[in-house]
Amino acid sequence: MPYRSSRWAIALACTAALAASAACGSSGSSGGTTADGKIELTVATFNEFGYEDLLPEYEKAHPNVKVVARKTGKADDHHQNLFTKIAAGSGLSDIEAVEEGYLPQVLSKADKFNNLLEIGPADVKPDRWLAWKSESATKNGSFIGYGTDIGPLAMCYRKDLFEAAGLPSDPAGVKAIFATWDSYFAAGEQFKAKTGDKAWFDSAAQVFNAMVNQEKVGYYDASDKLVVDTNPDLKSDWDKVTAAVAKGQSAKLVAFSNEWNTGFKNAAFATKTCPSWMLGVVEKQAGPENAGKWAVTDAFPDGGGNWGGSFLTVPKQSKHPKEAAELAAWLTAPEQQIKAFTAKGTFPSQVQALTSPALLDQTSAYFGDTKVGALFAEQAKKVPAAQPKGPASGTIQDKVFNSALQAVEQGTSVDDAWKQAVEGAQKAAK
Amino acid sequence: MTADLTEVPSGRGVEPRPPVRREPPEEHPKLPLRDRLTRLDVKFTPYLFIAPFFVLFAVIGLFPLLYTGYVSLFDWELGGDEHPFVGLGNYTALLADDQFWNALFNTVSIFVLSSVPQMITAVLLAALLNTALRARTAWRMGVLLPYVASLVALAIIFSNLFGKQYGLINTFLEGVGLSPVDWQGNWFASHVAIATMVNWRWTGYNALIVLAAMQAIPREVHEAALVDGAGAVRRFVSITLPLLRPTIIFVVITSTIGGLQIFTEPKLFDPAGGSGGGFSHQYQTVVLYLYQAGFQDFDLGYASAMAWILFLVVLVIAAANFFLTRRIASTGESE
Repeated sequence: MPYRSSRWAIALACTAALAASAACGSSGSSGGTTADGKIELTVATFNEFGYEDLLPEYEKAHPNVKVVARKTGKADDHHQNLFTKIAAGSGLSDIEAVEEGYLPQVLSKADKFNNLLEIGPADVKPDRWLAWKSESATKNGSFIGYGTDIGPLAMCYRKDLFEAAGLPSDPAGVKAIFATWDSYFAAGEQFKAKTGDKAWFDSAAQVFNAMVNQEKVGYYDASDKLVVDTNPDLKSDWDKVTAAVAKGQSAKLVAFSNEWNTGFKNAAFATKTCPSWMLGVVEKQAGPENAGKWAVTDAFPDGGGNWGGSFLTVPKQSKHPKEAAELAAWLTAPEQQIKAFTAKGTFPSQVQALTSPALLDQTSAYFGDTKVGALFAEQAKKVPAAQPKGPASGTIQDKVFNSALQAVEQGTSVDDAWKQAVEGAQKAAK
Repeated sequence: MTADLTEVPSGRGVEPRPPVRREPPEEHPKLPLRDRLTRLDVKFTPYLFIAPFFVLFAVIGLFPLLYTGYVSLFDWELGGDEHPFVGLGNYTALLADDQFWNALFNTVSIFVLSSVPQMITAVLLAALLNTALRARTAWRMGVLLPYVASLVALAIIFSNLFGKQYGLINTFLEGVGLSPVDWQGNWFASHVAIATMVNWRWTGYNALIVLAAMQAIPREVHEAALVDGAGAVRRFVSITLPLLRPTIIFVVITSTIGGLQIFTEPKLFDPAGGSGGGFSHQYQTVVLYLYQAGFQDFDLGYASAMAWILFLVVLVIAAANFFLTRRIASTGESE
């Protein structure tokens, strides 16, 4: 009898444990209200948004709101979670951050997100942000994302390598080199002739993406039709970049790979397309031993461009969409964005924030005390109107065309690689 | 007085009758609750004890397996509003997909490049470890170390070693006057690089399994052969190998199942970090393509069809390996 009663005890304990874990599971996912009647809002971000101090500040000002932050390390994982839970129909946070590269895919499911023009505070209009930023989060009149940060493009270059090749190296002097893509590749040719084993840029894909994103039409036209095989601008960009690769201008380093990191240390290339956040990457990878050798200038071939930046969206799954939109609007207000910028360097996308002294006075010691805040604020105004994007735009850029250009760099013929790219794009868009 | 006796025949010459079962059974004299519980206990407790495995297997093994088969019959886009039924459409599309055949070829190629040298080395290594070495336990533990190390760390370190421009291996090759190898771009070189990672991790592990089997071989057989004048090589080929047969079959089948599902190594080998398996899919394996279809393109129906085809391929190759190894390991002797 004693042995039996102990067995029943075990069974009971197991049942209790199961019930307890089920209870834990359900309290985590079905948010809404807390035990003391507060509205609970969850905010899902990735990487660094600089909201650590802002969220408690909001709670203090709104005693009826409790904010729960859900932070994912990598953007990839965050968005995979986002898409899976859109599909599942539950489990999303009240506010979900979306990165620019994934925005087209999110916009293709725009009906799963609230139109912030309808539920957001009335005084928050798309003109709070740079026009191209708000435009890119709008589909069929539905404005689904408040802009957080952006990544305006400028050009970074190695002064010592420019000097060795007999090119001008001061920020004003290099502007002629970075005037157009033609002048850029021509200077690359001149550079190659003088230096031999050094390359002009890090990777063909890094240049090509910037070129394509400047075009009026990229991979898709305004009616969501894939135009990869018929868009003459795309083909002309492709031809220019692959011609430069053929002349040895590319260091053939895959961006963000270990070899690319080493390439910074070894001074393998002389120029780099540089969104605002790239300065930190350059500084980290090139290291203190190369301090003062890198410079940045407020010029970018054929105008400007943007790489990166995010949005805050309110999915329709949210139980408190109005309150969530209010919080998102507050977080993306110019004053708050400047605080986030000071904390984590997320470059503001709000028109008013671009005139903030905290931004304009920012300098970078690594880049020779350049006033980088003012420089990138200037570059942000040069970004052309938002380009039409289709659901597979991100995949076509990152997976299809970047791979095809890498193939060219590794010796595949330009025509075969183009064929690979077009077929890959058609498959991705299917 | 005797009427009762004649009515109930008994005694010699009377067929014994089985006792009549009384109906209905409820009239059975009631056993105490405790005894009934004991009966239930004896009857069902064993099932209860093995149930956790089967319940778990049904939930996380069998159900997904069957549901994958169901999903594979639909054009099932993750997050799509509707999932139209397409029958075997995903399967026919898959069989006409060049990228799938390329992935299958890569998988088999990497599998062969890893399994064959790995099995041979493992058996030889086990034979070495079975000899009278100094610090035997340390050596035996040592071969297991690569298996203990994290797979991700391993893949990252090997990707660095096999770097094209700044990798250690190419630096070494150039140092001894050879031309550097494009470990990324060249399909064969990339397969060798990935197979190296697999071999590094699994050879020692398999060697230990083989070693255990080797130690179970009766000493008398070896001694008898020694008396008959058989050399070390002859004894290894004629005694050790045939007696290792069941173990080698086991190792070959598990490494077939694992090898055909290879994912982490090629995934982390790609410097671009995607699931394409190189810029022209030169080392994309089937599972990597499955992952790409399912979680990059969100085409779950297609990915499910691929999972089922892979399942069948694994079955076929494991069966082929079983018969092949049985032949080889028996060295032609009939039993």
